[in-house]
Amino acid sequence: MTAAPASAEAAIETRALRKEFGAHVAVADLWLRVPRGEVFGFLGPNGAGKTTSIKMLLGLVAPSDGDARVLGAPLGDRRVRERIGFLPEHFRFHECLTARELLRLHGRLQGMRGSVLERRIDSLLARVDLSEAGHLYLRQFSKGMLQRAGLAQALIGDPELVFLDEPTSGLDPLGRVLVRELIEELRAGGATVFLNSHLLGEVEATCDRVIFVKQGSVLHELSLRQPQQLVRAELRIDRLDSITLEGLKVFGRDLRSSNGTVTLQVDSEDVMPDIARWLVGQGIAIHALGTRRKSLEEWFIEVMGEDQGPG
Amino acid sequence: MYGFLTIMQLTFLEMRRRRIVQIALACGAVCLAVFATAIYLVHQYAHPARAQSLLQVRIFLQLQTIAGMYAVNLMCATIAIILPVDAISGEIASGVMQTLASKPIRRVEIVLGKWLAYWLLIAAYTAAMVLGVVLVMRLITGFSQAHVPAALGLMTLQGTVLLSIVIAGGVRLTSVANGMLAFGFYSLAVVGDWIEQIGAMMGDSGSRYIGTAISLLSPTDALWRRTIYMLEPPMMSQVSLSPLARSAVPSIAMVWWAVAFVVGALALAAHWFKRRSL
Repeated sequence: MTAAPASAEAAIETRALRKEFGAHVAVADLWLRVPRGEVFGFLGPNGAGKTTSIKMLLGLVAPSDGDARVLGAPLGDRRVRERIGFLPEHFRFHECLTARELLRLHGRLQGMRGSVLERRIDSLLARVDLSEAGHLYLRQFSKGMLQRAGLAQALIGDPELVFLDEPTSGLDPLGRVLVRELIEELRAGGATVFLNSHLLGEVEATCDRVIFVKQGSVLHELSLRQPQQLVRAELRIDRLDSITLEGLKVFGRDLRSSNGTVTLQVDSEDVMPDIARWLVGQGIAIHALGTRRKSLEEWFIEVMGEDQGPG
Repeated sequence: MYGFLTIMQLTFLEMRRRRIVQIALACGAVCLAVFATAIYLVHQYAHPARAQSLLQVRIFLQLQTIAGMYAVNLMCATIAIILPVDAISGEIASGVMQTLASKPIRRVEIVLGKWLAYWLLIAAYTAAMVLGVVLVMRLITGFSQAHVPAALGLMTLQGTVLLSIVIAGGVRLTSVANGMLAFGFYSLAVVGDWIEQIGAMMGDSGSRYIGTAISLLSPTDALWRRTIYMLEPPMMSQVSLSPLARSAVPSIAMVWWAVAFVVGALALAAHWFKRRSL
């Protein structure tokens, strides 16, 4: 194991985290730094090692190599788990419990008790719209209701760090709005949210930053709060020679040209009049000029490439 | 400590909600009712007034009590295996354990909390059934069984050994494989008992050693043999009416070995569970 990272600010910091199951490498070399208070998206295709990574951070799976700190403590630290909430990808539960009993159980395991716990249960049941169903056995719940109960379970200890593994799974549109609102509330309360979801629209709407992982290694990092990373200029002009393309590179990055259309990533839409003026000055006719925001899905496909197979 | 108690409470609640306790009690009550009926009918036939000697009656009643205890022993052993067979493996397979273990609780508390909850149920059940047999004999025949607390302790210890095997197995195996392993241990002990008894009767020390070695590996049947030894008066073996070869009676050291076996199995369970990926 390498020496522990020293940063006190990060909610999560990993260094070369690795997990092997026999000959299968689930997580190859994970380097992460998630600042406190950030809503962080962890994206990748199926089998990319996302869930295994979360389990390592929670102490459910021991890493084969590497090092990590969560809320300033080494992996597996029991005390620090009092400050962590977790909604597993496939949330399972004791079906013989009522929703209220489930929350009471998990609240007690978090070290809560008495009237403080009961008030917290009331508040969470109301927040996830299960107040009327608190007395029902979980086996009587629909999938969406179970997911809501699972969310309440993850939040019972008023956590500083919440791992949400596919939180919108099984939820209807109203449930998805609820998840989005809960994440916003967590952000407003200063909590860190570690979100793993295949619903990229949800991620785009809620996350401050995302990373793309494959085979347990980070391929790309993207800040969703810096729009310049997402804006691309698109133009159709009547001259696409090398001098024109070189000249356009002054206005942005990642210039691409195909089928008579040129695209390039620009810092903001403010640069568009400058591009138009330069093209006119060069005597180039402009057939179309505009900007397009690149969706997270497009980023995902671009970063992951055509091969979307597991890990 | 608080997490340990919470897991124990959860396990009790789960057993009650899944009607495990109710079904076990109902089965036990039915068994006792059948036993009482049989004893009543047999006692009508073998009443002392029918010119049998007091010794014959005494031996007859003793054998009936041991038969009742044998049924109870079998039932308690079965319950000690079936009841907790998916307590840990089932929760690992379903994913329930992920949520539990992500909480600020030591994994050993999960293992011990579950173990103790099941142990209390098995101990209470064994006590109820043993006392039921003793009571039936007392009320119907007037027969008073001696050394009941010692026998109860040994039978509870047998259930404890099986429970501990199942808890340890549940950490590493699937529920079905775990059940098979536990029944394998129990069957192995029975075979070992036969080998040892036959060896003792024939004076073959080799067979006895093999039987003893098997009892060390799986001490459940040795505990049952010691239970019979505790229950029956010495005169029965003197008149060759004991189901137990006198020279094959397990020593008190075997009882302590069974206690150590339980501690070892639990230590192993805690160690494995601490290292297990969930």
